[in-house]
Amino acid sequence: MFACTDPASLTGLHWLACYLTTGKHVAFYASFGTVLALLAITAPLALAFGFGGAIAARSRIAPLAWFGRFYIAIVRGVPDIAFFLFFVIALDQGIEWLRHKVKCPDWDMPVRQGSDFVVCAQAKLPLGTDPQWMHEIYGFALAVLTFAIVFGAFSANVLYGAMRAVPRAQMETAEAYGMTRRQAFRRILVPQMWVYALPGLSNLWMVLIKATPLLFLLGVEDIVYWARELGGSKTPNFTDYPHPDWRVWYFLALLVFYLIFTKVSEAVLDRLMRRLTHGQAVSGATMP
Amino acid sequence: MSCLQTIADYGLRSIGIGERLLPRSDFTLCQQVTLIGSGMIWNVYFGVVALCAGFFLATLLALGRTARPAILRKPAEWFVFLFRGSPLFIQFFFAYFAFLALKGRYAFFDPFTSAWAGALLVLFCNTAAYSGEIFYGALRSIPRGDLEAAEAYGLTGWKKFRRITFPTMLRLAWPAYINEAIFLFHATTLVFLSGFPAWQQRGDALYYAKYFADKTFNPFVPYPILAGFFILLTLCVIGIMGAMNRRLNRHLPQERRQALRLRPNFLR
Repeated sequence: MFACTDPASLTGLHWLACYLTTGKHVAFYASFGTVLALLAITAPLALAFGFGGAIAARSRIAPLAWFGRFYIAIVRGVPDIAFFLFFVIALDQGIEWLRHKVKCPDWDMPVRQGSDFVVCAQAKLPLGTDPQWMHEIYGFALAVLTFAIVFGAFSANVLYGAMRAVPRAQMETAEAYGMTRRQAFRRILVPQMWVYALPGLSNLWMVLIKATPLLFLLGVEDIVYWARELGGSKTPNFTDYPHPDWRVWYFLALLVFYLIFTKVSEAVLDRLMRRLTHGQAVSGATMP
Repeated sequence: MSCLQTIADYGLRSIGIGERLLPRSDFTLCQQVTLIGSGMIWNVYFGVVALCAGFFLATLLALGRTARPAILRKPAEWFVFLFRGSPLFIQFFFAYFAFLALKGRYAFFDPFTSAWAGALLVLFCNTAAYSGEIFYGALRSIPRGDLEAAEAYGLTGWKKFRRITFPTMLRLAWPAYINEAIFLFHATTLVFLSGFPAWQQRGDALYYAKYFADKTFNPFVPYPILAGFFILLTLCVIGIMGAMNRRLNRHLPQERRQALRLRPNFLR
């Protein structure tokens, strides 16, 4: 194995091998796991939000339908980045405010004092006394929820369209068989809508992959954070591995990572689409 | 300070005209609306210039992808793959640091380390790749009969392209292109959050909204203002490009004209 005890004396590949296995680089590699974890948690959650939104938009109860339509419409008129920045603070403050109301009912000062948001110490989340990893988990959870809300709206749009794309005759047949609205929805509409939803959902998956670097803006130590951190020029005073500004190479590596990731996703989704449309009378091949 | 005075001071702050210092405390609603609105100048600049310039490259890319010789086809395919397959955010970072590294060697790259040229170049390539893909799809779905009819009339080469292929491609691509335009304008908000520095605090709308949200720790005022401005901008884009859509479709019989779907879909 390599010996990395005296980095200053190393040269060439040996130096590089030692450089690329420092503790900080291992943290950098681990942050790719953060990105994948975000995708793995967010995708089903966003789908659930989207399903809820689509059902709400179809509801026969007017306020619920308005809410669903508003949820679908608003995210498309406003940049998603604005939502990311908004929800991360808004959710944090909302949760703390609720906890504040419950835990400190006899607090008499206003919560907003000029430029400060003040809640009692017990309502802080995570508590000031909590260990560092709790803060990181909490930050990550907020990011996941934010992603789920924004991408939930996009997927609500897709699912809403897919539900309307199921041929009307199918639902009429279900009614003729005496199914209730709810039964027809569960037994006929939901199983059939996926094939119509899949092109939109696979597009959304690609958009979601390409939105993951925005984690950086939500204050999570993700790959962008580490690429900036590790790539910046280092002087011998602070590190055993001094080097000039290498950020361009680190971001090139991220670029390649994403290109491979999207390429693989595309291939998998294509196969899935072909499998699902096998024998079905929809033109799945011509979808975007 | 009256609101008119605030507008005079900060209305063009994002391009460096007016008061030098940003307000530091006791923010009024008027200040927030004015500064965020002032930042919209940058969003409109990036969006309009990238879209107009990107249109031409997109057409070339679409034609390149349909070309038979691999020497034309491959570069177009790679370009589209490169810009559609990676996140815009990473592209911004990469471009910024690449320009920064090149600047030391060649003075030519000097302007590209500032947002007005560097970020614009990235947005231009990005939108060209996405619209190129849209145009390519439209090119492939031009009815064969239209092209055969053109040939029967003796139209060939450039003339056929200019009078038949190109207008039909635009007509078919336009609804998706409007969608692309809307999300390009949304994407311009990323510029100052990625490496590109906002020189003398001249930033875009989101830059100022973030400034206020960070200073007041209250996201419930600046972000809705930003949302309002962007909804207005989106409506303008739909209005202008919808008018173009009507012009592109004006020769079709009434019932064959596509009703424009006014629900943008995130298709980037």
